[in-house]
Amino acid sequence: MKKTIANWGNYPVMETEEKTFTFEEQLSDALLHSDGIIARGNGRCYGDASLAKNTISTLKYDKVLSFDTEQGIFECQSGLMLDKILEVIVPKGWFLPVTPGTKFITVGGAIASDVHGKNHHVDGCFSHHVLEMDVVLGSGETVTCSPTSNTELFWATCGGMGLTGIITRAKFDLKKVESSYIKQKQIKAQNLEEVIELFERYKHYTYSVAWIDCLKKGKHFGRSILMLGEHAKLEDLDEEKKKDPLKLPNKKQITFPFTLPSFVLNQLTVKAFNFLFYGKNFKREINNVISYEPFFYPLDAILHWNRGYGKKGFVQYQFVLPLESKQGLIEILKRISDKGLGSFLAVLKVFGKQDDLISFPKEGYTLALDFPVRKGLFEFLDELDKVVLDYGGRLYLSKDARMKSDIFWKGYSNANRFSEIVKKYNPDFKFNSVQANRLSITH
Amino acid sequence: MPTVLILGATSDIGFAIARKFASQKYGVQLAARNVDQLETFKSDISIRYGVPCSVHSFDAEKFETHADFYQSLEVNPDVTVYVIGYMNDNDKVIRNWNESLRTINANYTGAVSILNIIAEDYVQKQGGTIVGISSVAGNRGRQSNYMYGSAKAAFTAYLSGLRNRMYHHKVHVLTVLPGFVNTKMTEHLQLPKLLTAEPEEVATAVYNGVKNHKNVVYVKWFWKWIMLIITSVPESMFKKKKL
Repeated sequence: MKKTIANWGNYPVMETEEKTFTFEEQLSDALLHSDGIIARGNGRCYGDASLAKNTISTLKYDKVLSFDTEQGIFECQSGLMLDKILEVIVPKGWFLPVTPGTKFITVGGAIASDVHGKNHHVDGCFSHHVLEMDVVLGSGETVTCSPTSNTELFWATCGGMGLTGIITRAKFDLKKVESSYIKQKQIKAQNLEEVIELFERYKHYTYSVAWIDCLKKGKHFGRSILMLGEHAKLEDLDEEKKKDPLKLPNKKQITFPFTLPSFVLNQLTVKAFNFLFYGKNFKREINNVISYEPFFYPLDAILHWNRGYGKKGFVQYQFVLPLESKQGLIEILKRISDKGLGSFLAVLKVFGKQDDLISFPKEGYTLALDFPVRKGLFEFLDELDKVVLDYGGRLYLSKDARMKSDIFWKGYSNANRFSEIVKKYNPDFKFNSVQANRLSITH
Repeated sequence: MPTVLILGATSDIGFAIARKFASQKYGVQLAARNVDQLETFKSDISIRYGVPCSVHSFDAEKFETHADFYQSLEVNPDVTVYVIGYMNDNDKVIRNWNESLRTINANYTGAVSILNIIAEDYVQKQGGTIVGISSVAGNRGRQSNYMYGSAKAAFTAYLSGLRNRMYHHKVHVLTVLPGFVNTKMTEHLQLPKLLTAEPEEVATAVYNGVKNHKNVVYVKWFWKWIMLIITSVPESMFKKKKL
């Protein structure tokens, strides 16, 4: 079906011919009859990574195949979304090994983007928990790969943005939990120095992330709220919660009803929002036990929150800088606050060690923030890209909609090796996306 | 635990209905021509919802097999849903008798054949529910789709007669008229988004219709009014339109 699509940032927007499949035969058939294809899950990457002339939606390929409740091993088709998985595994005492900030993504998307979560410094990326997967190549052939077999294909597919083929099945391990609750600690930090210090002091926590106010200058530059968490044990629960420790959270969702005019978001409204957000934590430290839903997925409670950025859409900018490049982080934050282009909140996290073929994370600081699309933005981001590169960093492909190709090739040290493997498995570039073409990976 | 039988379970709507009933703690019997295709559906339903799920081979066009098929079910279902439907391009269908026959059999004759058998069982039991997924295309014939439409019209009339008879035997008969649905069958069509339902919405309408003992349900409420307008246009005018 001809469709107009955009990913989460609503930028860019394009027309695509979308095909769906319920059975593998239908997929092979679709592959035979089209070219310039990319797999697409729920469209929650932000930019143009899953945009192409032809898209194959995996959303109907969403069956649970097996669930070993003793060992905590889950197997499913690639179009299954994390929210559905949680509904099955949480009542049995298991949790996702790694989850990003939304549960509305597919397993295929989680692998293709090699998503990370608040526990990256402890548990690594999603791919580190994948035991095996099937990838359907352009010829229609299905190849099973894992960390021990067809390893080249495996590592080029984890974080490979769908350029090796279509992920159709995955088997991965889960995390054992005693309850569906999170024991949370929130600490206010006056400035950037303090929050970085706090990250270091609390690095034994499984989950950690900070929300940082990018517009603040002076001695409160980089003021933040650090959020830490552990899966609550039975003994952490009050009597009421103990009755049903693995209870699923109630579904409470509101829908952002319409697209806001772009002018509504300006420095004043953003500053006011940040003030309220920081100010709502009255005490310096808060300790409580909450459901996993608000801890991991605070924004999922508002369906279509991306409409808040207006018709022109927004881009999310996420980079990682090595630990020794704290100066780079300060420089970038300064440029953002000087320019006043900032978003509501930026998310800061310290990644643990990782050195995979093409996955985004590596040890260091990662910062993610939204910028509404407007005049002058892309020029400004090009300047930031240079700073990121100078300090030995790189950008996250799942968020990207606009970087120049040299930023990719210089930032990802294994880009050449990755490109060779893509050529081996996808020789005619039957699979390509607007992003892969822009970054000169597939042409 | 009650059991639901889905005839045509490999279709998008069929499987959505299966998931909906499973989520409400019904045991599920999935029936379709290609049983192999049902294996992943079975694991999905039994793991997700923790209800028993079995798969069965059923071909609507092979009437002679229907009695044995129903006999072979280990549990007689409390609710039977006939979801099977077949729609091809009308020009192709009228030019090819096999296609015409297929359209009639999948949408109507096959349904009559199996539902006659099941209805008899329900009469014996003095209970049960039969759901037929028909179509608004059956409310009035249009030049672009009258082969599919006429078969559905026959099915709708069959269901209404069956409902009348079964009422006296405490058997509930539900007719579902979905309007446009976003499925594999309509993937090549450009459907107006506002008028198009998702398979999950059809499934919810079916489940609620069963629960609340409805007779006829339109999945999106305004289809009832759209069809009221379409059916009230005088034939002398209607025939001149290109619909």
